[in-house]
Amino acid sequence: MTDVQSPPDAPTDSPSDPNGKRGLRDRIDTTNAITLPLLAFISALVIGTIVIAFSDIDKLQDGDFGGILTTIKDAYLALPDGAFNGWRPINETIVSTTPLLLAGLAVAITFRAGLFNIGGTGQMLVGGMCSVYVGFSMNGPSIIQIPLAVGAGMLGGIIWGIIPGILKARAGVHEVISTIMLNFIAGSLVLYFLKTDLFVREGRSDPISKLVTPEGTLPKLFAFLDRPELRAHIGFLFALAAAFFFWWLIEKTKLGFEIRAEGANSNAAQYAGMKPAFLIITSFAVAGGFAGLAGASEVLGTQGRATQGFAGDIGFDAIAVALLGRSTPVGTVLAALLFGALQAGGQRMQVETGVPVDLVLILRALIILFIAAPLLMKAIWRISAKGASSGPSFGGWGS
Amino acid sequence: MSEGIGLKNTGHGPGTDAYLGMVDSVTRTPDEIKRSRNLGIAYLIGAVITVAVFVQGTGGTATFNLDNDASFGIGAIPLAWICAVSLAVLGGVQISRGTANFQSALLGVAAVLFIFTLMAWAAAGQSFSLTGTLHDALKASTPLVFGALGGILCERSGIINIAIEGFLLAGAFTSAVVGSVTNLWIGMIAAMIVSSLLALLLAWLAIRFLVDQVIVGFAINFFVLGLTSFVDARVLTSNPEYNGVPTLAEWKIPLLSDIPIIGPVLFEQTIYVYLGLALVALVTWALFSTKWGLQTRAVGEHPKAAGTLGVNVLRRRYVNLAVAGAITGFGGSWWTADVGRFNENITNGRGFIALAVVLVGRHHPVGALCAALLFGFSDALALKFSFLSTSIPSEFLELAPFLVTLIVVASVGRGHRVPAALGQPYEQQ
Amino acid sequence: MELELRGITKRFPGVVANDNVNLTIRSGEVLALVGENGAGKSTLMNILYGLYHADEGDIYIDGTPVKFETSGDAIAAGIGMVHQHFMLVPVFTVAENVVLGIEPTRGLSLDRAKAAAEVERISDEYSLGLEPDALIENLPVGIQQRVEISKVLLRDAEIVVFDEPTAVLTPQEIDDFFRIVEALKASGRGIVFITHKLTEALRVADRISVLRRGQTVGEADPSEIDEVGLAELMVGRPVQLVVDKSPAEPGASTLQVNDLHVVDASGRTLVDHTTFDVRAGEIVGIAGVQGNGQTELVEAITGLREILSGTVSVDGIDLTDASPRDVHLAAVAHVPEDRQRSGLVSEFSVAENLVLTRYHSDEFSSGVTMNWSRVRENARELVEQYDVRTPSIDTSAGTLSGGNQQKVIVARELSRDLRLVIASQPTRGVDVGSIEYIHAQVVAARDEGAAVMVVSTELDEVMALADRVIVLYRGRVVADLDRDATNHNEVGLYMAGALDQNEQASA
Repeated sequence: MTDVQSPPDAPTDSPSDPNGKRGLRDRIDTTNAITLPLLAFISALVIGTIVIAFSDIDKLQDGDFGGILTTIKDAYLALPDGAFNGWRPINETIVSTTPLLLAGLAVAITFRAGLFNIGGTGQMLVGGMCSVYVGFSMNGPSIIQIPLAVGAGMLGGIIWGIIPGILKARAGVHEVISTIMLNFIAGSLVLYFLKTDLFVREGRSDPISKLVTPEGTLPKLFAFLDRPELRAHIGFLFALAAAFFFWWLIEKTKLGFEIRAEGANSNAAQYAGMKPAFLIITSFAVAGGFAGLAGASEVLGTQGRATQGFAGDIGFDAIAVALLGRSTPVGTVLAALLFGALQAGGQRMQVETGVPVDLVLILRALIILFIAAPLLMKAIWRISAKGASSGPSFGGWGS
Repeated sequence: MSEGIGLKNTGHGPGTDAYLGMVDSVTRTPDEIKRSRNLGIAYLIGAVITVAVFVQGTGGTATFNLDNDASFGIGAIPLAWICAVSLAVLGGVQISRGTANFQSALLGVAAVLFIFTLMAWAAAGQSFSLTGTLHDALKASTPLVFGALGGILCERSGIINIAIEGFLLAGAFTSAVVGSVTNLWIGMIAAMIVSSLLALLLAWLAIRFLVDQVIVGFAINFFVLGLTSFVDARVLTSNPEYNGVPTLAEWKIPLLSDIPIIGPVLFEQTIYVYLGLALVALVTWALFSTKWGLQTRAVGEHPKAAGTLGVNVLRRRYVNLAVAGAITGFGGSWWTADVGRFNENITNGRGFIALAVVLVGRHHPVGALCAALLFGFSDALALKFSFLSTSIPSEFLELAPFLVTLIVVASVGRGHRVPAALGQPYEQQ
Repeated sequence: MELELRGITKRFPGVVANDNVNLTIRSGEVLALVGENGAGKSTLMNILYGLYHADEGDIYIDGTPVKFETSGDAIAAGIGMVHQHFMLVPVFTVAENVVLGIEPTRGLSLDRAKAAAEVERISDEYSLGLEPDALIENLPVGIQQRVEISKVLLRDAEIVVFDEPTAVLTPQEIDDFFRIVEALKASGRGIVFITHKLTEALRVADRISVLRRGQTVGEADPSEIDEVGLAELMVGRPVQLVVDKSPAEPGASTLQVNDLHVVDASGRTLVDHTTFDVRAGEIVGIAGVQGNGQTELVEAITGLREILSGTVSVDGIDLTDASPRDVHLAAVAHVPEDRQRSGLVSEFSVAENLVLTRYHSDEFSSGVTMNWSRVRENARELVEQYDVRTPSIDTSAGTLSGGNQQKVIVARELSRDLRLVIASQPTRGVDVGSIEYIHAQVVAARDEGAAVMVVSTELDEVMALADRVIVLYRGRVVADLDRDATNHNEVGLYMAGALDQNEQASA
């Protein structure tokens, strides 16, 4: 970027220069892979407790501290209760986990390539719209319609995902900017299309799509139990398959080796004969495919239709998932399960204790923060500084 | 050329001279050619859109109201043809030869012409308040200006600020709650303090714990959104007495507001507009003409150089971040002053647009003001168009600013030089 | 003024950078501080300048202990430093850089006129030839260094530390530099001159202190010691200053570079219509001062930089528009000039780095998947064969010492059948033991029949390794000399641009 002539980089005198260049790119160290996320989670819960306590202003005004403690206890007990206690909670956890895992993989793959994909929401929206169109406009049989609808969703996600990839590789636009913009654009487009005759449900003036046909709907996971309220569907199996594919891609393939090299040191990747532009675009395409699948699974399985906000904040939550899972396949699955459980439990918490489910948002934000700050965690919890890295990193706005 | 080295001219022409950094001004560099070509393509696309959409419009005269009485009319279709031909010619020239020093000026003229054509197309056969739109544009751009100024201060000091959205939202929330309990003025101050503290948190995590600045900023956005939504749902909905402030009236500046056209646009606004414009001037002066500004820019460009000369890099960053947070927080209180209350996620992504404004404005306060006005204008236009019977879907107007940002960032992307040390951790021993 | 460092110890995780170092610096004399890369010279000076804090030991000025919390304190105490990596803001003017931190103001505004006047005063006093309003990024390195010097002078430094000041200068600029040093000395200032170039230390110093592995191992009087003795003191054992090799037996022309022209994105000429060849079985050394197009020449040949005009071929195969991968497949090895920046992925394991350029071959992969067991097998073999000191092949490369990192790269690049070896700054920042080893490997590649091109800004390295010397000046080949028919002095004149074979030929 700067063209200033500077002396050679030659003799750096101190062997372990503390000011030495840290790689600007993602640095995922495997040490403390379990301790840190755990501590981050606990730290987030502690702060969440404080938030619950201080927002209970009626009891605060009455000085009812016992009551506050009860609220906190009930809230935190409702979380696991609503997530795991029985078929229905487990079903809800799976329903929440599915899109989180897929969108989380969409962020994780870009993290591995040294990129930051905030565009999961937009990719989900575009993918979901493609899926829902095939879902309501065809009339079976399932064996053809479902693969077509799912494929359309992935394709939509890939197309929307490739745009920031191309903009980054060809025009040097930082992906954080472009994906944010593309999220807004996708949101407006979805709203527009949901109002057009192409999508809008007959006799409705609000933006809501036609219903996916029964043949196009993803089969229920617990169909054998014959309990219709258990709405978890085979989208979850798609998500697990996607996680397996991610593992295979990153750990076993040449492309995965190249993506990791690009993410860790783009200059070295280029020197080694890899093509950074191709890798950036490919990573974003794979990410878009995962996110598109998430959108497909939402509209074809969970919701059976598309609405303006069917992607919700999943694209953002996915960032927390990928960070918490350190962008590893197993980690991402576990993190998605945790957040899925929090989401399911959070609903129960809101119903039973009146503590808004927005608490889950706060917890996620704090988890991101603490995961990204291993040095902070180490300072708070006074654990050893072994393998102290400064967490993942994406550098500045430059190209 | 230079003393001490290379006193001989080796007879290799301009190439040799160019070696010391003097670029031959006659030939264009590959970069310039590429950028020029991109811009040319953009012009041609504009011309195609004009022919495909605006020329096909319903036609008729569009009446633009200026003041209470004055107005002027333009034939929509003739104007569309003029616009299309101008853009096509401009695009051709831009691609084949480039427009050298007039590039920016011509781009501005073309943009104004295009927007006028758009307005004439939408308002064909109807009347349209031009001053009203400009007034609203200025108003809508105000929170963006504050957000962008905060972003500029941050990034000029070398810290990436992706948390503008969070600072704005925190400012809106705080001013609404504190303003309800006391009054709006105290609410504004509280908003400044809270956002300033958030900015210090960003600085502390980035500087002390070397957390990636994009991630911290992102987490702060998330945290503020979660916390304000949580408190809104848990406390404000059931206690409306904590969420209601009288809105701020416009303050007509005597005499100045009587100037035709300019008066109603510029001088019948709330103090936010006046303060915003004043702050743009102040920050520009401070950044480029004071000791503080020189040190701030040095800290953002080459912190080690500043550090080795005894400038306290980290203190400078902390202080600047605190100021940036205060400015942004004040910008957040704009919503409270405008709407009179807080709603969940009331800023709705304006902080991200402010971030784009920082980049499109090339980290310069005046550039940011221009970019913010562009976004404000497109906001105001979307609102005005919804009252006109046009066929243009409001969703397209809503997404226009984002699309424009993408195109602008993509075409100027590589030409823009960001502070060199942006986002890099600096360790002071 | 007398400045004394007593018992300075500084530890970094896993290493003692300075171990009980003692040093005295007096006004009006030049002290040379010499030592190998990693001996702890820069660390010591950063402590003196308040950038690092010593774990043990104290600094005394005229017998009084002082404490430098920040470099501001050191500046206030009269210490100035000209850093190896210039501390200049490229987008600022000369005057802005010089007054940064002590800006003259008028009211609240900067007083630019006064700043410019100050710069001119200093510039005139020491004949630095500085223009206050020039932008740093447009100035050549030699002038940038003078800006650094004027920063120090404006702050009234009594003691001036120069960290490797001559690394980037032409021989002629070095002469100018030493003149400035003499002037500073004459004005009563004390000079510390950090270097690993022994000839220069012997040339200007009044006293020489030698640092080895963080310890002061001796002090020498330049009039009583020679280069060989100093080198031995520095390394701790007798050093072979010449590379052991037989005369070259050049074969057919392998690398052919014809009228190669390269410009940067803003149109500046980087490589200027350059023509040369490298034959099989010979080592061609590319000499030149840093920044005269060597980096870009290598990048252009290896497919990393776009070529504007001209051709590159290896054994008759045209590689002008080849990608780095094509170049690799044409049996060309490339040891890049900056191993941290591009030669290694420091987060990757040694095993992964050992296949970084070769993972795609059938040897290490089949179809789309990697053959990890073969990768590990390869790593075990190469670590053994090239004497890479690493705890295991799974250790991340970033944790190895510079010398071992470089050996990983050399092992990867040289362990296959090759037509051409391009080694850029192959021993930069590497300990003497590894230097000797790497030089031997380069010679071995030649003896196996490869054409070898060694690019180095260290003239000593070029002269030690090369069979033929090519000098680059401002992107052009100004000399093509038989190693045995030339000497340091002649090559130095070409490097400075004082001589040019092209002109001699046309004259």
